[in-house]
Amino acid sequence: MASIEGALLDFKRLDRLAAGEMAIHRLDPRAKVLATLVFIITVVSFGKYELTPLFPFFLFPVVTVAAGDLPAGYIVRKIALLCPFALVVGMFNPIFDREVLVHLGPFGVTGGWISFASIVVRSILTVGSALALVGVTGFSAVCSALERMGMPQTFAVQLLFLYRYIFVLTEEGARTARARELRAFGKRGKGMGSYGPLVGHLLLRTWERAERVHRAMLSRGFDGRFHVRRPFRFGVVETLFTLGWSAFFVFCRLVNVPDLLGSLVTEVFR
Amino acid sequence: MSHHIVEVKDLRHTYPDGTAALNGVSFRIHHGEAVAVIGANGAGKSTLLLHLNGYLVPTGGEVRIGDFPLTRETLPEVRRTVGMVFQDPDDQLFMPTVFDDVAFGPLNLGLPPHEVERRVMDSLMRVGAEHLREKPPHRLSGGEKKRVAIATVLAMSPDILVMDEPTTGLDPFARRQLIGLLKEFRHTRIFTSHDLDMVLELCERVIVLREGVVVADGPAREIFRNEELLAACRLERPLSMQGCPVCGNTARQSEDITRKRKEAMDE
Repeated sequence: MASIEGALLDFKRLDRLAAGEMAIHRLDPRAKVLATLVFIITVVSFGKYELTPLFPFFLFPVVTVAAGDLPAGYIVRKIALLCPFALVVGMFNPIFDREVLVHLGPFGVTGGWISFASIVVRSILTVGSALALVGVTGFSAVCSALERMGMPQTFAVQLLFLYRYIFVLTEEGARTARARELRAFGKRGKGMGSYGPLVGHLLLRTWERAERVHRAMLSRGFDGRFHVRRPFRFGVVETLFTLGWSAFFVFCRLVNVPDLLGSLVTEVFR
Repeated sequence: MSHHIVEVKDLRHTYPDGTAALNGVSFRIHHGEAVAVIGANGAGKSTLLLHLNGYLVPTGGEVRIGDFPLTRETLPEVRRTVGMVFQDPDDQLFMPTVFDDVAFGPLNLGLPPHEVERRVMDSLMRVGAEHLREKPPHRLSGGEKKRVAIATVLAMSPDILVMDEPTTGLDPFARRQLIGLLKEFRHTRIFTSHDLDMVLELCERVIVLREGVVVADGPAREIFRNEELLAACRLERPLSMQGCPVCGNTARQSEDITRKRKEAMDE
């Protein structure tokens, strides 16, 4: 069970990074959330055979990671963790889509491979930017920014609670699983037969905890509404940050920058 | 100030599954008293505490806090008056940062922002946790969590503090620190605990529950000397009132030593 606990510790690290004191950490979270949102929308809106125009977009997560002084290797490992999902999604494209679209010397590259690569690159971009966002903003700040931007409070609170208790619950789950492992000698006792009750038990405990948390909230005057205290300030820097990045993303969406650069270079050397 | 009085009259509670947890409990706790409610597991201690701020509704009998009987109308006022510290601080600290968590109660009371800020800092200072204010609760140690949980309650300036097992899971140093802190409070204090040495240090009065009824209510020292009663309630003398297995002091001698130490600390 060391892996679950290890993953948890790793996750806590992302949260700790958000406590940094770089300029990008101090930006109003709404600016960062907005820029990331525009980024994700533009990246996702590309057609399925478009691969090269995606590359300029790497600038955004890379700059964010650099500006926030985040450990790049750590972020890359986190992205790699999610890559299998993208691989599964695109797995069958090369098999079904065999029409050759590009010739690289003697090799013909089929549409399937291009769309497969496009899916993988896009997921790396979106996941990377989301991780970088949390790394320079912090999860709770992202939630309150979303709420300020019009997300219903119920969702924001749900997310916050999820985040607060994910640590408690994973630790509880890891403890239960460890207890089972220690008394399961070899394969016996590790099958579905014990897995079912284990999960059920965990659910009941979660339920009880939810009740206790609710009790604690009631005893401090909770009446269904959450009051926030943090005054946000959306100033000139934030406006510039959001507009600047958004303009860049839209530009890269409309103009194929690598293509443009390529033709410029060939023009020069002609 | 009659605000700080807790009165329970013939309180009965039966859970929906038919378990009778309280079968007619009565007591009256006065202003500034520190009282421990002790008893075996399942004696009804937690059920009793949950009635004190109206989380459970009695099947029979009455709870009065200060001048109010506990009813639906007085519930908000009673919940402000009675500050409840739960056993597991993880249940009590649910906001993203310590500051937010301590501010939760005052904000719900509708206080203006600067007053909220002042109260949060005051209560954190009171428990010696002001340096933790921007930390997320899941990164605190057990002792820190406990102290912050107490601060969340202090921020609502309650008159009565109710604590369920305050010293469970704390290391000896954190436990000692907590006892020192609780000693300084001038609130009416009600504890439940199996840490009988803590009870002996903090409380003059002890209420013993067994199977949902009060079997004893009196001065702590007197009750802890009553071996028969303790055995019947699955309890035993606090360690500081037992003979010493190492130096061979008798129970009486140990007790004298503890009393002297306590007097020295009080001075």
